[in-house]
Amino acid sequence: MIKIINLYKSFNNFVVLQGVDLEIYDGETITIMGGSGQGKTVLLKNIVGLLKPDKGKIIVDGIDITTAERKVLLEVQKKFGYLFQSSALFDSMTVFENIAFGLRNYNLSKEEIEFRVKLYLSYVGLQGIENKYPAELSGGMKKRVALARAIAYNPRYVLYDEPTTGLDPQTTEVISDLIINLQKKLNVTSIVVTHDLKTALKVSQRIAFLSEGKIVSILTPQEVLKSEHPLVKEFVSSSMINI
Amino acid sequence: MKKIFIGLGEYFLFIYEIIVSSFLPPFEKQIFIYEIYKIGVKSLPVCLMTSFAVGMVLGLQTGMSSISVLNEPAYIGTVVTFSLVKELGPILTAVVLVGRVAAAITAEIGSMRVTEQIDAMYTLGTDPIKYLIVPRVLAFTIVIPILTIISNIIGITGGGIISYLRFDIPSTIYIRDCLDYLYLNDFFHGLIKSVIFGIMISTIACYKGFYTEGGAEGVGRATTSCVVMSIVCLLIGDYFLSSLLIALGIG
Repeated sequence: MIKIINLYKSFNNFVVLQGVDLEIYDGETITIMGGSGQGKTVLLKNIVGLLKPDKGKIIVDGIDITTAERKVLLEVQKKFGYLFQSSALFDSMTVFENIAFGLRNYNLSKEEIEFRVKLYLSYVGLQGIENKYPAELSGGMKKRVALARAIAYNPRYVLYDEPTTGLDPQTTEVISDLIINLQKKLNVTSIVVTHDLKTALKVSQRIAFLSEGKIVSILTPQEVLKSEHPLVKEFVSSSMINI
Repeated sequence: MKKIFIGLGEYFLFIYEIIVSSFLPPFEKQIFIYEIYKIGVKSLPVCLMTSFAVGMVLGLQTGMSSISVLNEPAYIGTVVTFSLVKELGPILTAVVLVGRVAAAITAEIGSMRVTEQIDAMYTLGTDPIKYLIVPRVLAFTIVIPILTIISNIIGITGGGIISYLRFDIPSTIYIRDCLDYLYLNDFFHGLIKSVIFGIMISTIACYKGFYTEGGAEGVGRATTSCVVMSIVCLLIGDYFLSSLLIALGIG
């Protein structure tokens, strides 16, 4: 379980998060929604320990990562899989090496690594591209390879940063289905950050709305559509126009 | 001013992290060997060309100057050897490596930073300081004195060729001039300097890359800053380092 308590983060006097409180339960998929620049990615990077908050606590399975030593933090980070908005594939490595990178910490045999790379590539619907470099892949393929890399070592938590941004509707559907399947098959806890309401409604059990550095509302997908909260209402109506 | 002190603090903290990570297993052997090849073997031709040319110029200038002063080309070997072993060998090799290797290290690590590849490493349970920085700093620090020794030999050879071709000085006399006044301390003077230059340049290059901000423009800025800062630190540090080594009786 992840517990975020009174989290504050600012950059050069520009306050991004101001008192975020959120509990993420084991096995659920929760989506954090909000407009651009509201601090969704900053929150996600704080959860995984890539950014250090100014104030507040983030407790992951009983360990407060905001005060943890580097060694402990690295161990906690192994519990996370992170799908970056930009995919963040290692451009000097092949697809195989990218996916195998996270597995190098687990003392697996060569055969086991090869098996897992192929398995997770087939899981994201990409076979036979092991020897290609990221520069040779399309945006959607990169996202899927990055997803395979993020889940190849069976993390307990998978964090998705704008998983469908910049993708065509078909690939968006593929990624959404992958998030659902992952949660069903592997029972991972997923945190999705997006401003795509359609994806959020499809994949999540709960949707948290982030505005002005705070979580202003946490609702189920059904409640979102009926909500009278001005921000949620505005979000739904503008998303419906886009749909 | 405040920014400079913050930067300095961040740089020394970065060096501390490199030292701590160097002693923690696992050691990235494959990357280390690849970096030795990339930094050492690939830089060898440029280092050899520059030191050979500098050795020839030194031989020519020393010969001509001694003719003006003493009416004969004297002590060419001695001047060329002392200049190269104690000063020009370490500094020239370091400057060549700043241009050829350090700038590339900053650009490579900086690009990885702005494209979130370094963040991705953390989330995949790998410490980027251990994986990216430690092998580069170690390889750089080991390779630079070796390149300096080879450059010195080639430079002295260049000086010898000129003193023979231009001033008709036989090779036996040139070699005797080279070795007669040279002590082991002089050799170590240059070697210690080159190791310290190696640590300085590689940590500046890695630090600049690791803390790059601001996309492609930021990578360009970091690379320029790495080259400027390395060369300035190299030349200023050279004076103080030479003074310290002389005070300690090394060379």
